[in-house]
Amino acid sequence: MAASVAIQLEFGGGAELLFNGVKEHHVTLPSQTEPWDMKQLLVWIQRNLLKERPELFVQGDSVRPGILVLINDADWELMGELDYQLQDQDNIVFISTLHGG
Amino acid sequence: MAQEVVGLKAQLKEKENDIAALKKKLAQLEKSHTSALELRERVTPLTPLKAKAALCNEDIMRYSRQLLLPELGVKGQLNLSKTSVLVVGCGGLGCPLAQYLAAAGIGRLGLLDYDEVELSNLHRQVLHGEENQGQAKALSAANAVRRLNSTVECVPYHLQLSPENALQLIQQYPASQSSAYIYNVPTRYLVNDACVLSGKPLVSASALRMDGQLTVYNYCGGPCYRCLYPVPPPPETVTNCSDGGVLGVVPGIMGCFQALEVLKIASGQRSSCSQQLVMFDAQDARFRSIKLRPKQASCAVCGENPIVTRLVDYETFCGSAATDKCRRLNLLPRDQRITVQDYKSIMDKAEPHLLLDVRPLVEVDICHLPISLNIPLSSLEERKSEHIQLLQERISQLKQQMAGDRHPPVYVICKMGNDSQTAVQVLEKLSGSEVDSISLKDICGGLMAWSRKIDPTFPQY
Ligand SMILES: [Zn+2]
Repeated sequence: MAASVAIQLEFGGGAELLFNGVKEHHVTLPSQTEPWDMKQLLVWIQRNLLKERPELFVQGDSVRPGILVLINDADWELMGELDYQLQDQDNIVFISTLHGG
Repeated sequence: MAQEVVGLKAQLKEKENDIAALKKKLAQLEKSHTSALELRERVTPLTPLKAKAALCNEDIMRYSRQLLLPELGVKGQLNLSKTSVLVVGCGGLGCPLAQYLAAAGIGRLGLLDYDEVELSNLHRQVLHGEENQGQAKALSAANAVRRLNSTVECVPYHLQLSPENALQLIQQYPASQSSAYIYNVPTRYLVNDACVLSGKPLVSASALRMDGQLTVYNYCGGPCYRCLYPVPPPPETVTNCSDGGVLGVVPGIMGCFQALEVLKIASGQRSSCSQQLVMFDAQDARFRSIKLRPKQASCAVCGENPIVTRLVDYETFCGSAATDKCRRLNLLPRDQRITVQDYKSIMDKAEPHLLLDVRPLVEVDICHLPISLNIPLSSLEERKSEHIQLLQERISQLKQQMAGDRHPPVYVICKMGNDSQTAVQVLEKLSGSEVDSISLKDICGGLMAWSRKIDPTFPQY
């Protein structure tokens, strides 16, 4: 059994509007047999935090185009994307790209 | 005799001063007259920018405070004067950007915008004034910039950037260039690809609500916009300033930030924003810099085997039109929609009905029709019980006023006539189950059409 994982989730650039305008969420992912990865985290967010309009956040098993994911202040592409295994105290940020001016 | 000499000398001195003043005035007039600004409606060749060999005394005086910086110095200042920058969009970002580039002594500024100045622009587009309403933004910006620094060559373009003209235009801004307030997704990809194909850095920023973002693309081996966003976002997820709102100072800050990065690149220093995303959260007054992925070998335009080797149709690629104007949805059949004129006559005849305004509360606070009931679309979608209850109460009251057992009519209104259609679809599902059966219609064009066609005293926003 892998221990439970406490992480900080942040939403910005308008993505927080899908989560009642709340930008920071401290969450604890329950312990499970497999270690938590980003793919499972997205499912968990959908089930536990995202109340409405999931199509504005996820597409297939990843985030929708136009949302950048950052793991500990680095582009998740540098960290293995969906396969990244979450560590206790990780900081995961979801940023919607802006198009106004 | 001696007294006479002194008197004449004094007179002579006075006349000489007058002559000097007149000469100065004439020189200034001639200077501003010879460079009358010509608004360009299409891309035409520009004469090469003349390289300055040295700074004149006036330059030294004007730029003295920045010449003292070892980071810039005379060499950097001369580099600035050799640089042409194209500013795509003279809006909330483009205004401070153009202003600071001109103030710092950039050589040539291309100012591109397809729109005219409107009153609702002035809270953030600070180069334009009240008297410029209706004028091409590019021209208004160019005139303002020239008042600030007449030695900067301004080229205003009143045109829409397209796959046909973008390369030709961007190639004319040779040294270092292109900063963008780009108002929509197709134009973002268009400008990115044109910059990659012509080998120019792109200093790109955006701002919405209380957030800002900035990245320098295609610079010093870093990634381009497509490396980060190979797939465009679904059109329905894109919010623009007229939908989402923006606090004017937020694009102001981001435009100044763009100017800073352009000046660093143009003067020969390096920008530190390549492969970085700078995020500004105005609410928490926090800047944050994120390391992005490097240039992608698989990128469609800057990768090892590029598929995009010339500019393509970006509207098809992104599935949305390349204007900042609001999209018009047609979700409902014709017979389920009424015009604002129809609604006016329903009001005039005092026919019993319910007018349901589904805009968010912040917009209802700006303006609303006095008899309307406000339940935001989001509350309907979430089926918030207190709101459903409120709706049911009003439907019951309406039933008592009506003879017979006709379904009570409910007219749904919003700002532009898009959300009202979605709301009708949501209410259709509630009608006859969670609330009594109602007859639903939406009002085409919403409150903005009401303001334009029925009541000009109703505010536009
Ligand atoms: Zn690329």
